[in-house]
Amino acid sequence: MTVSEPQDLNTAEVQAATAQECPPLESNSEEHLEAPAAVLDAEEDRLYVAGQWQLMWWKFRKHKMALVGAGILIVFYLIGIFCEFVAPYNPEAYFIRYKMAPPTPLRIVDATGKLRAPFVYHRDRSKDPETLRDIYTENNEITYPVHFFVKGEPYKLWGIWESDIHLFGLGPDIEDQGVFLFGADRMGRDLFSRLCYGARLSLSIGLIGVFLSLALGIVLGGISGYYGGRIDTAIQRVIEFIRTIPTIPLWMALSAALPADWPVVKMYFGITIILSLVGWTGMARVVRGRFLSLRQEDFVLAARLCGSSEFRIIIRHMVPSFLSHIIASLTLSIPGQILGETGLSYLGLGLRAPAISWGVLLQEAQNIRSLAQAPWLLFAPALAVILTVFAFNFLGDGLRDAADPYAR
Amino acid sequence: MLGYILRRIGMMIPTLIVISMISFIIIQLPPGDYLTSYAATLRATGDAVDEAELASLRERYGLGEPIYVQYYKWMSGILLRGDWGQSMEWRKPVKELIWERMALTVFLSLISILVSWFVAIPVGVFSATHQYSIPDYLFSALSFIGAGTPGFMLAMVVMWVAMRQFGLNVGGLFSEEYILEPWSWAKVVDMLKHLWIPVVVIAFESTAGSIRTTRANVLDELNKPYVETARAKGLRERNLVWKYPVRVAMNPFFSTVGWTLAGLISGQTLIAVVLSLQTNGPMMLRALRSQDMYLAGSFLFLLSVLTVIGTLVSDVLLAWVDPRIRMEG
Repeated sequence: MTVSEPQDLNTAEVQAATAQECPPLESNSEEHLEAPAAVLDAEEDRLYVAGQWQLMWWKFRKHKMALVGAGILIVFYLIGIFCEFVAPYNPEAYFIRYKMAPPTPLRIVDATGKLRAPFVYHRDRSKDPETLRDIYTENNEITYPVHFFVKGEPYKLWGIWESDIHLFGLGPDIEDQGVFLFGADRMGRDLFSRLCYGARLSLSIGLIGVFLSLALGIVLGGISGYYGGRIDTAIQRVIEFIRTIPTIPLWMALSAALPADWPVVKMYFGITIILSLVGWTGMARVVRGRFLSLRQEDFVLAARLCGSSEFRIIIRHMVPSFLSHIIASLTLSIPGQILGETGLSYLGLGLRAPAISWGVLLQEAQNIRSLAQAPWLLFAPALAVILTVFAFNFLGDGLRDAADPYAR
Repeated sequence: MLGYILRRIGMMIPTLIVISMISFIIIQLPPGDYLTSYAATLRATGDAVDEAELASLRERYGLGEPIYVQYYKWMSGILLRGDWGQSMEWRKPVKELIWERMALTVFLSLISILVSWFVAIPVGVFSATHQYSIPDYLFSALSFIGAGTPGFMLAMVVMWVAMRQFGLNVGGLFSEEYILEPWSWAKVVDMLKHLWIPVVVIAFESTAGSIRTTRANVLDELNKPYVETARAKGLRERNLVWKYPVRVAMNPFFSTVGWTLAGLISGQTLIAVVLSLQTNGPMMLRALRSQDMYLAGSFLFLLSVLTVIGTLVSDVLLAWVDPRIRMEG
């Protein structure tokens, strides 16, 4: 998609040409041959001289759901990046007295009906005499105010910066009470903190895997499409062959091949490489198709005649033409990778404890005791995954509509 | 047409050979073999590990030999004798194991696919012909949810809801009494009672996708001139819609029907694990984990073969339906 040029030049030329070739027929047709207004108003002028990315951004802004999706994703990724700061507790810290505790209700209206700063009530634990189940009752007398930017347990942000300030919490004095926004699991660990740390791994695996696929796909698809002929056929055979192996069994088999005792980071990269090994084929096909059709375009010929090197033609002229479409495909394939990692970890083949990802959290929720007594253990990670997938789908839809040059 | 089919079959054979090799290599990738993981399990539970017995087992299954010898033995067994090998974990022939669960797997998957088609196509056509009406918005919302929610998560939520609200004992396809019973009417009825949850969960996602595809395709077709001509000629609306645009809109279904063949056999692994169904999926997972070489390899090979055949079937179907492809193919 080339940069649009001011329209009035071309129109004038076209007018001149047609005026010579087609003699005026009847009186009404003369109206059609009149020159249009040569002066455009400011709005249209801005439209005509806007660059490609500007046009995309304007179009994208109109798609409300895509904006919502983008907003959700920005929040999630910020939480993932700053998870040590956002989470009130260390994900491995457990509160012995609050195993399987339901979520703590945050209140702003106290028992007398007054509006106060956010606080939580003290919770007593008692055992049901028949089933020996833990019952948590709130004690209206004792309140603990919830502070923001509070000192909590020390941590190292990204392993580099030491700090002990958390986004919210009960304060450093209160050791045995916890504010569990999403409840606690069977060891008394705060689920919200674990979700935040899990966001870091789950969300980044999708991104990295997709970028690996993208790199592989663009390189191989580009070579295949640009040179054509036998290289093209060979690469296409390889792609078809990889596609014949069904995805999920392949993932399962490859993940089972990773030794269980690898350290978390190594396992993480192993999983991303496995996920991207299958994904690049789709990207390569798309890129190849675009290259094949763009190869014959006039502007490529013009660039070649001007003496540009092949490399420069590809990078400077051809790639920007389909970059927008590629970005749209990218965003639509990230959820597939996130779901793949979640599914694999849930089966026990991907990341395992003590690594924390949403799939690992779901695996811990997969037993009848959790389902019956602590459904929040299931719903919180499930909701997180579903929201992320939705957000990416809407974002991808919006980007695809914005990048489509034929839609008006 | 025949030439097209023969050409495709000819290309299939080398692909299948390479696939079998790759499946075997993938299974052999994890370090060690079945016996080392078996010994590890024994040690973990505190049982004694008899070295002599392990050595003789290793000899018997040929686990010590180089990989190409093992591959050759396996392949020649399959091609010459129809012997897919012995499962070391179950101590039964692989063929028997797969076959036992095959009927249930195929039945469940077939029902899910039929349900999804019979629901999605009418709903999609209705959505397209009554665009922007309230039912259309409702169906679109439902299909978004279906497309975005992963299957196994839906399975877990459905399990929780059924347990909480209805007190049903979900999990498995049969109640306690009927699991080991021979087939009888009562058993069939019991299975049908348990069947609707797995079918709903499995079919939900593909139904949602199919609704959106059908709706988009039919909408495209409804704007074409031939529809207007048919209307002008006096065809009744209902006949018109079903006879012409819907047929064209069915194109993508033909091209994807081939991949459902492989899906039939692997039977939606994740969902089956969640709902504890006795289908092929969970068994394959176990085989992969314990490196049960022949079982896992045979599964992977079987799935790949079915995918290739399925692709061939859908290509042939598409060529039969759409004459343009026949000419170019």
